[in-house]
Amino acid sequence: MNTLTCILFILLLAGIAPQLQKLFGNKTGWVLAIGPILCFAWFLKLLPTISSGTAIEQSIDWFPQLGVALSFYVDGLSLLMALLISGIGSFILIYANGYLQGHPLQGKFYSYLMLFTASMLGIVTADNLIALFVFWELTSISSYLLIGFYHESGESRRKALQALLVTGFGGVALMAGFILLGLASESWSISELLNSDFSASNHTLYPAILTLILLGAFTKSAQWPFHFWLPNAMAAPAPVSAFLHSATMVKAGVFLLARLNPVLSDTLAWTLALTSFGLVTMLVGSINGLLQTDLKKILAYTTLSVLGILVMLLGLGTDLALKSCMVFLVGHALYKATLFMCAGSVDHETGVRDVTIVSGLRFAMPFTALAAGLAAFSKAGFPPFFGFLGKEYVYKTGMYLEDYSHIILGIAIVTNILLMALALKAGIHPFWGKENAKALPKNPHEAPLSMYIGPIILALTGLLFGLFPGSIVTPLISPAVHAVAGHPVEFTLAIWHGFNLPLLFSALTLIGGLVLYALRHRIWKITSTLSLNKWTFDNLYMGLFNGFVSVSKWQTQILQSGSLRRYLLIIFSTSGFLLAYKLSLFDGLPRQLDLFEARLLDWATVLFILGGICMIVKTHSRMTALLSLGLVGFGIAMVFILYGAPDLAITQILVETLIVVLFMLVIYRLPAFRDLSSNKTKFFDGIFAGTVGAIITLLVIKAQNLEIAPTVSGQFGEWSYTLAKGKNVVNVILVDFRALDTLGEITVLAIAGVGVFTLIRGQFTKKRKTK
Amino acid sequence: MMNSIILNTTARLLLPWLLLLSLVILYRGHNLPGGGFIGGLAAASGFILYVLGPGIDKARQVLKIHPETLIGLGLLISMGSGLLGIIAGKSYMAGLWMTGFTLPLLGKVHLGTPLLFDIGVYLAVAGFTLLTLFALAEIKE
Repeated sequence: MNTLTCILFILLLAGIAPQLQKLFGNKTGWVLAIGPILCFAWFLKLLPTISSGTAIEQSIDWFPQLGVALSFYVDGLSLLMALLISGIGSFILIYANGYLQGHPLQGKFYSYLMLFTASMLGIVTADNLIALFVFWELTSISSYLLIGFYHESGESRRKALQALLVTGFGGVALMAGFILLGLASESWSISELLNSDFSASNHTLYPAILTLILLGAFTKSAQWPFHFWLPNAMAAPAPVSAFLHSATMVKAGVFLLARLNPVLSDTLAWTLALTSFGLVTMLVGSINGLLQTDLKKILAYTTLSVLGILVMLLGLGTDLALKSCMVFLVGHALYKATLFMCAGSVDHETGVRDVTIVSGLRFAMPFTALAAGLAAFSKAGFPPFFGFLGKEYVYKTGMYLEDYSHIILGIAIVTNILLMALALKAGIHPFWGKENAKALPKNPHEAPLSMYIGPIILALTGLLFGLFPGSIVTPLISPAVHAVAGHPVEFTLAIWHGFNLPLLFSALTLIGGLVLYALRHRIWKITSTLSLNKWTFDNLYMGLFNGFVSVSKWQTQILQSGSLRRYLLIIFSTSGFLLAYKLSLFDGLPRQLDLFEARLLDWATVLFILGGICMIVKTHSRMTALLSLGLVGFGIAMVFILYGAPDLAITQILVETLIVVLFMLVIYRLPAFRDLSSNKTKFFDGIFAGTVGAIITLLVIKAQNLEIAPTVSGQFGEWSYTLAKGKNVVNVILVDFRALDTLGEITVLAIAGVGVFTLIRGQFTKKRKTK
Repeated sequence: MMNSIILNTTARLLLPWLLLLSLVILYRGHNLPGGGFIGGLAAASGFILYVLGPGIDKARQVLKIHPETLIGLGLLISMGSGLLGIIAGKSYMAGLWMTGFTLPLLGKVHLGTPLLFDIGVYLAVAGFTLLTLFALAEIKE
């Protein structure tokens, strides 16, 4: 087994999930979970090797000419992320089994989810910048499908599109950044970048590289001011939210920053950008979260806040900060997945997720209450949960900073107080508050096993990690910290460091959080009176979006007016002008033509064609015009015959015949021919057609004695028989030498066919309906 | 469409021969003028006669499968013929050839992936033309 087979295996499952759904019915999620579980086991088996400092590499040529390879590189960081993705991913699948039970598209949902899992695994293990980018875009696409899963709802589609556009915008920037980075370092391999002593900061392209890559990472990780898509992505079914927010999607941005940390980070610009955007996102997320009453929204804003913390820690970049970042990341993944799944269960079993209504479900949903409680304690940072450790490390990092220690520590404490209150609000209040069963639309009862097994295991893992940080967590996290820092960092995590300043801050946070939590009913009363929806980035986005739509409508109406005459005018004047411009760049007039070189048969053909054209212009009958057009076509076929191109001639004749017949089928449905053009327009059209014709003629004559590049025709003629075993060069070029072009052409043909078909069919059925 | 006994009978009689001709054109293309593109058009023209004579419903009956299916099949065969090169350990679309053998009527036969590719082109082109033809012929007032 290797990384590629892992990813391919999950992709295979994604492909056959709808069929498996038919086979296994309402147990499919359990069956599919085997995929990620196997991957998890395989990655876990790698742990000893990777802890010893070796990385697992694998490479398959993809476009060897361009240096693009499908290569994988698993070091500590990749391994940690891959374990989170595959571990949490398997619980998400099981959870979706219960959550979407009976949904007609459940099989498809599994497909999207597996595709998403596979692309996330690709991101964290890819070694090649281009391969990483491809996986990156795949997560954007699959998350679009997942967020918009309830596609009957317009709002859900809008939010899915928003996530796609925001992260897609970042994706384009990221691609440009990667290309510049590849050019600067002269390598597309991430492992080579990490292991060489290349440092991008000395390169002239560094500002561009940094800006573009940060744009990509910030949009993906929902950093302010791109944060708005993440709370909106709550339109997705709960399992998706749980996955997106805990181990995947948003963590992809953090992962990228961590991955490139050794290459990009040794500048002030990096530190400033990451810490400032991180700090703002931390505050914006937690303050906004306080104003929410929707269970999933509360959790979404806390995710934002945590992402801010992670990015800020990466920006600070001290060994301690990187260590804290990894600890916090793992802790967050565990409790956030749990809390989201529990919130989904509450929604599923009671029909609401408004915390002002949902309350006191501990007897109705004991298992969910247990899982949510454990996760909330971890998130709130009570000892001995793992979340406590994460918070302690953040405070420690803040204290040992050389500059701005007070500001960062202050903001971190405020954010953590808010986060703690929110944790209690989302994980404790719905279960342990006052019983309120009458206000619920459904009679609450416990969710099925599939929906609480994952949360309970993940929540217990959080507790276990907190109890044994030294023996269980350290071996997992220290290789990751090593990879992020770019040099070995020795440490052993412990939960008890004696009475010190971080402990005091923690106690302060606990008290502050509890006070805020106790005041929750008052806060909700105040927020319900505020109208917060006026000046949001979401509205700014919508303004931009609508602006784009109206600009493209405006220009489409100008260019595509629906008048055939206008279309031809635009097409021919554009191509005529461009050709004339290009022709003017080549100096020298074409060599003089000796018209008397032409044979009698040539003259006859020319006259034949000209006669046809005159008929078309002069006639007042569509039928005559059509037949004359056919004559012109046959005349051209004659030219092909005279100059020795029988293949072209046959094709031309067949196409002409078919066109005439197809036209016939339509032509008698048209209204009678009427001459509407004034003499002035006719005159103008004549001049215009003559000019474009003259330009084309000039081009043809000029092409005779221009040699821009050495011609290949002679070579092709020779190779045709020796290499491709065919005597008809034209055919050999079509089906062998340039077969890929032909494949493209028949694909275009197929698409055009579908277009023609739907256009005519649409018209046809519309007519029938109006009847 | 038009109710002409002569046209109807001609179309019926000619269709098999036109299809055979189109196959010949397809096959000979490698060494002589012809090929998948022309062959596909020739095959479609046989059906044009059929649509003009016995009518669109009869033409659909004779064709048996939808033109859309022909297009899909054509694309599949063309793309698939390229994959054979990869399976043989060469690059995508690399030509593979069987050893030649002799058949009555056809003479020396030399089969290879380019012919398979051309069959895909033949089907796609015929499918496209028929799709357009049928769609246009089915417009009702």
